[in-house]
Amino acid sequence: MSADAAKALTFEFLSSLSAGYMMDITQNYFEFLALPVTYQLDLQSLSERSRELQKTLHPDRFAHLSDRERRLSVQYTAYLNEAVSTLKSPLTRAQYLLKMEGIDTFSETQVQLEPMFLMQQMELREGLESVREASDPDAELMALQATVDGEMKGLRSQFDGFYQQSTPTSLDAAAVCVRKMQFIDKLGREIEALEDQLFDE
Amino acid sequence: MALLQIAEPGQSPEPHQRKLAVGIDLGTTNSLVASVRSGEAATLPDEGGSHLLPSVVRYTDQGVVVGQAALAQASVDPFNTIMSVKRLMGRGAVDLKGLQGEAVYRFADTDGGMPYLQTVAGDKSPVEISAEILKTLKARARASLEGELEGAVITVPAYFDDAQRQATKDAAQLAGIKVLRLLNEPTAAAVAYGLDQGAEGVIAVYDLGGGTFDISVLRLNKGVFEVLSTGGDSALGGDDFDLALAQWFLQQLGGAEVIAGESRYLTEKARWTKERLTENETVVVDLDHAGQKVSLEVTRELFDGLVEPLVNKTVRACRRALRDAGVSTDEVLEVVMVGGSTRMPVVRARVEQFFERQPHIDIDPDRVVAVGAAIQADVLAGNKPDSEMLLLDVLPLSLGLETMGGLAEKVIHRNTSIPVARAQEFTTYQDGQTAMMVHVVQGERELVDDCRSLAQFVLRGIPPMAAGAAKIRVAFQVDADGLLSVSAKELSTGIESEIQVKPSYGLADNEIAEMLKASYSCAEGDMAARNLREQQVEADRLLHSLEQAISADGTQLLSEEELVHLQEQMVVLFSLRNGTDSALIEQGVKVLAQVSDFFAARRMDLSIKNALKGHSIDEIEGDS
Repeated sequence: MSADAAKALTFEFLSSLSAGYMMDITQNYFEFLALPVTYQLDLQSLSERSRELQKTLHPDRFAHLSDRERRLSVQYTAYLNEAVSTLKSPLTRAQYLLKMEGIDTFSETQVQLEPMFLMQQMELREGLESVREASDPDAELMALQATVDGEMKGLRSQFDGFYQQSTPTSLDAAAVCVRKMQFIDKLGREIEALEDQLFDE
Repeated sequence: MALLQIAEPGQSPEPHQRKLAVGIDLGTTNSLVASVRSGEAATLPDEGGSHLLPSVVRYTDQGVVVGQAALAQASVDPFNTIMSVKRLMGRGAVDLKGLQGEAVYRFADTDGGMPYLQTVAGDKSPVEISAEILKTLKARARASLEGELEGAVITVPAYFDDAQRQATKDAAQLAGIKVLRLLNEPTAAAVAYGLDQGAEGVIAVYDLGGGTFDISVLRLNKGVFEVLSTGGDSALGGDDFDLALAQWFLQQLGGAEVIAGESRYLTEKARWTKERLTENETVVVDLDHAGQKVSLEVTRELFDGLVEPLVNKTVRACRRALRDAGVSTDEVLEVVMVGGSTRMPVVRARVEQFFERQPHIDIDPDRVVAVGAAIQADVLAGNKPDSEMLLLDVLPLSLGLETMGGLAEKVIHRNTSIPVARAQEFTTYQDGQTAMMVHVVQGERELVDDCRSLAQFVLRGIPPMAAGAAKIRVAFQVDADGLLSVSAKELSTGIESEIQVKPSYGLADNEIAEMLKASYSCAEGDMAARNLREQQVEADRLLHSLEQAISADGTQLLSEEELVHLQEQMVVLFSLRNGTDSALIEQGVKVLAQVSDFFAARRMDLSIKNALKGHSIDEIEGDS
């Protein structure tokens, strides 16, 4: 796009896309899937619920019906898919829970985090950059991946603790966890990208 | 048609009528059509008894020849005999540089858009050429099923991008086939296997065809086939294996310059050799070159060495697909092989080695895709109302927008479940800017130039504001076929701009209409008749589905007033439908669809409630 600059990423499903039909989008994703509002979500139930709804809503169920039914079903299924993918990932699930509490970490462009954490991030990143020159890049990548997985796991349990306390201060602390997770998540994706590049060479 | 007769709930208002639907595997080398008859899915043969239709189209002064007869003339008449047209689908003239050595055709000069091939019958687009193959298959199905087709499921490589999918759908439209669904080939194969063997768990489908390679990882669960990830290369297939061997031939012959006919002669000889190497360790091939006869000995070991880089590429894609699916090799329950090229021993060995288990080859790899497509077509046509089968696909390649500096900003990442809808907001970067260019791209790379350009459009009429003050929301929607539509809206004014993505290298709607017109001998009358019939079918479909909806949920979901109003409107459309004005019918369909939208939405919400019955939140919280 020739014109653009600041852009706000919104992961949430936009009501305008449902073209003003009667779909109940006032329901949050948990209600929509009839799941309890909790960070410790049972992923098994999530995928079972998702399957049950897919069987009712998917456009293929309407393939022999009129265009209108198919269009409507595309919109419903898109909403379902968005709900499932948001709740499935530990990061976006945390972000979504915070959003329900009025803290929007989806569209933040700048965040402040403590220097210690940022230092550690820089070191990890440097580690990633030197992977190419390593004698065994695969092993280096695996080690980095293990660090990332460990960090993520720690942050998840920290988040859950703060989130459950549910006071304004603890929710702010939960938001800090989310911001850190975003950093770690990004690093994880960069590891994957590098892995891809190494595969292709 | 008993319009306002309300049947008892659960009772079908019409006697059961089986609809004719087929599955079509539109392949690079061969194409097939299959259907379900008396519960069995099988491919349909032509009068001569052969099931495979070579995907070859030859244009002559006297008309079009498709299949074996066209293939027989490939070396003699290379410019008018089009092979492997699938590799040109949805491609631009620029992409064809990558197809050097095989694209022996003469391309007409175009302004960089879709390539047209020069033939004795005029310039032909890949879409038109594919439509000829589809027409032949349609005629075969009609003859063998003795009736009009309700529609077809057409398979595409999972890795096909939006432009390639759209081109395939356009070809079907041109051939007069209603597409029930564009189905990914590996998913179709999984359906054919899954139903046969009742497998539950994670399966990997390795599909190496004539011109494309796909790897898909799926989870099977109670009739639901959920694609977890997909990967591959839409320009890697058996043809490339032939080419590698043909190049070796050429080296042995002294590397003389290739002319069109000879290049095809050598690749045909290479294919012949490759196929024999499946059964034999050594093959001797006789080549005519520059008036001399040359015999070359090819061992399997030599061949395996020549194609190793190609096989390695497919294995890397497998590793990536597993990672994207979040699955390790030992979680993979079954590996299924699809596509004629998986007959090569070197391919089987490497796949077995990678997944550490023996791959399935029980169903004829040439037919398995068409069979799976036929099974789904049967379900989609409505012949199996009790079927639990559902196929859930993902987006194969990320979709994004061009941002400052020629960077691609991803809006929907690859391997996202479809249908999907997502939006992103942008702003202007200059004071008083009133227009904005939206460039939609597909691919994984960071630079726009390395991605595939899908479409460009301009959003105009943005009110002049300070830089960064306007808010433009670009919304993407991908349907179950993997086809994208994009709309953009300036939020403060509500100015909207919507496009069905017509790929940069595709056909515009009016071009398709033109081609359709041209394909009828006495265009006017036939076009009008066809148009009327299409509108009537759509009207019937809407009326019928409303009737069923009313009889099922009318009493529960509609007030008396709403019911009466709806029925009045149905009568209106019904009388229009029996007239001859197709424009009026089309209008009537729109009106009725609009006034009944609320009812459709209420039914959808009711079905959600029903699907989740017994899962009330209280109960769940009570358990934990």
